[in-house]
Amino acid sequence: MTAPAIAYNFAYLDEQTKRMIRRAILKGIAVPGYQVPFASREMPMPYGWGTGGVQVTAACLVPEDRLKVIDQGADDTTNAVSIRRFFQRTAGVAVTEATADATVIQTRHRIPETPLTEGQILVYQVPIPEPLRFLEPRETETRKMHELEEYGLMHVKLYEDIARHGQIATAYAYPVRVEGRYVMDPSPIPKFDNPKLTANPAIQLFGAGREQRIYALPPYAEVVSLDFEDHPFQATKAAHDCDLCGAKVSYLDEVITDDAGGRMFVCSDTDFCAGRRARGLIGRLGGDQKSSKTFANSFQGIWPGTEGAP
Amino acid sequence: MIRIDNLSKAFVLHNQGGAVIPVMAGATLTVHPGECVGLTGPSGAGKSTLMRMIYGNYLAAGGSLFVGGLDVATASPRQIIALRRETLGYVSQFLRVVPRVPSLDVVAEPLLALRTPVDEARGRAADLLRRLNIPEGLWSLSPTTFSGGEQQRVNIARGFAHAYPVLLLDEPTASLDAANREVVLTLIEEAKARGAAILGIFHDEAARARVCDRLVDVARFTPGLAA
Amino acid sequence: MTAMERIAMTDQPLLRVDGLTKRYGPRIGCLDVSFDLYPGEVLGIVGESGSGKSTLLSCLAGHLQPDLGRVAYDGRDVLAMSETERRRLGRTDWAYVHQNPRDGLRMGVSAGGNVGERLMAIGARHYGEIRDKAQDWLARVEIAADRIDDRPSAFSGGMQQRLQIARNLVTAPRLVFMDEPTGGLDVSVQARLLDLLRGLVRDLGLSVIIVTHDLAVVRLLAHRLMVMKSGRVVEQGLTDQVLDDPQHAYSQLLVSSVLQV
Repeated sequence: MTAPAIAYNFAYLDEQTKRMIRRAILKGIAVPGYQVPFASREMPMPYGWGTGGVQVTAACLVPEDRLKVIDQGADDTTNAVSIRRFFQRTAGVAVTEATADATVIQTRHRIPETPLTEGQILVYQVPIPEPLRFLEPRETETRKMHELEEYGLMHVKLYEDIARHGQIATAYAYPVRVEGRYVMDPSPIPKFDNPKLTANPAIQLFGAGREQRIYALPPYAEVVSLDFEDHPFQATKAAHDCDLCGAKVSYLDEVITDDAGGRMFVCSDTDFCAGRRARGLIGRLGGDQKSSKTFANSFQGIWPGTEGAP
Repeated sequence: MIRIDNLSKAFVLHNQGGAVIPVMAGATLTVHPGECVGLTGPSGAGKSTLMRMIYGNYLAAGGSLFVGGLDVATASPRQIIALRRETLGYVSQFLRVVPRVPSLDVVAEPLLALRTPVDEARGRAADLLRRLNIPEGLWSLSPTTFSGGEQQRVNIARGFAHAYPVLLLDEPTASLDAANREVVLTLIEEAKARGAAILGIFHDEAARARVCDRLVDVARFTPGLAA
Repeated sequence: MTAMERIAMTDQPLLRVDGLTKRYGPRIGCLDVSFDLYPGEVLGIVGESGSGKSTLLSCLAGHLQPDLGRVAYDGRDVLAMSETERRRLGRTDWAYVHQNPRDGLRMGVSAGGNVGERLMAIGARHYGEIRDKAQDWLARVEIAADRIDDRPSAFSGGMQQRLQIARNLVTAPRLVFMDEPTGGLDVSVQARLLDLLRGLVRDLGLSVIIVTHDLAVVRLLAHRLMVMKSGRVVEQGLTDQVLDDPQHAYSQLLVSSVLQV
């Protein structure tokens, strides 16, 4: 653990910016699902790399926090690693890969498998916060539609899915209605994760840096996935068990292992998978692997080395 | 059923220096139920003008014009629309229809406007077209493509589809052959028998003599022509 | 309640417009326009470009806020309504058919989705029922059933216009605003559309306000006619009376300017 560089204020952002973002967060929590505009700052990373999530995390962090960062469920991918290091250097907070140990978790496109608890904050990175944007390009009009609760359009999107594919084919960023009021884009999490949004004891915060929007779900907020009576919402996952830890209930990534059709399914949540394996739970191909991280490291030839000095 | 009293009409041509052309003055006439009255007079005397005024097509300048108890000279458009739908039928010399609509539906339309069930309305329309010798093969075609005589017969069928209590007929037998002329005259006689009040223009003197109970010379009402 | 019963029951105007005025700065949009529209009635508004007919239509449909005057729909003051209420009315009881179908359709959404949107907007949540109803309406506007999943961008202009009408009428509105609905269509396609509209007006007991500069269209469609010039109504009355015996100088000019075929 390196000491924070003196040139930075705690957690990178200046205090005025943090106040501004905290006000937006509080407003978001007070009006669940409502997109609060905020003056998004330039961050030392490109848009699309989590600038919104980073600003929300920076505004929430206190020195006692223990931070976990995941990208598509994994703690050890480029984006997660660089953001984790960013906060190690600018805030000096403790970091962890264990979901249960973390006080703040920044995530891109997943909700951890391990159930969250009261006191935890889950920060989502959001590319496009407006769920109506797909069908209505005018911002003035989508705001009006939120104001007047004109959400028929959301169902038009689902209707188009069924008409084209015979079922609701939307697999991620599946729209939800919060507390019977605002329709919200839960960020591009797989719809498998949608049921975890509702009645969650943790605070869930959503930050969209490029689009300059923050929205939130307070603990235990009611979140309902939109659907039709004759085509009800279904959380789906690949019909396999994890090949490393044997889990039947976790969201899986499909990994191509060779150029002869070989493939395997592994938990997208690396912490969850590693925890199970540590408890001796082994899947079809898990016997000779030390951890999912070791497994990932076997790709070092194609991935740039991201894990720097310890 | 028709009671006209001291009716007058003038056209004001604003775009030709505001020229005022009086075309009718002091027109007075009555038509009772079951009666057919023929309008006579030279061309330009105002026979068609009078018919159009009764139908509400031309505005009256003065006088009164009662049809079935409604003074058309002062009635609102809404009242005239209802009158035309239920009481007052008009067979003009020209057929004005939406292109593409089959003849059968053109004839049935006045009945459909009165909420007659579609099958019944089409049945009645088919009877009339058959009587007027329109070949069944043409029923599904728009009358806009028909010959003048065929169009005229479709127009008559349309005018007789609903049993209007009051009928205005403008040259109903013109351009018809003997057989069809006979059918039209029979239709007029049937309408009279059921109590319709009919006002008509017939250049065909034999037809006029056969169906008209009285004649009214419109020249009497024409400014400049009146003796 | 059938359309007929609706007409028979109410002898009250459906729409009552009183002294409606809209100015654009010093220019007049429309001035002191008043009329009543009854259930089942079709009112045509004619006049040359810039005569204020489109401004009037926009004020009536709630797209523009008039400066003066009153609009009562079914006894309710439209201008005093909250926007939520007015937009709700716009999705249920009212319909607006644009001249350019692209303005009234979602071009990226299938024909079925376009028709179904208004149903979903008022709470329909059963896919099968929405689809059946869309199918039914496509048939009523003579669009083949196998086109239900095609996007309107693959349709001809006439089909797009018919789709727009289906999309508008699916919620059984009582008042339909139409802005040049046959403009820009081939003559043969126009005729088909006119026939369709006439049938729908008659069968559904619709009240329609149709803005056009095509006198032939209003003669065939409208019961009553209003002639506008420079924002003012210069003449109104029974359609064929206004066309055959126009009283105002401008109406006479308008009628006599039509090319005879």
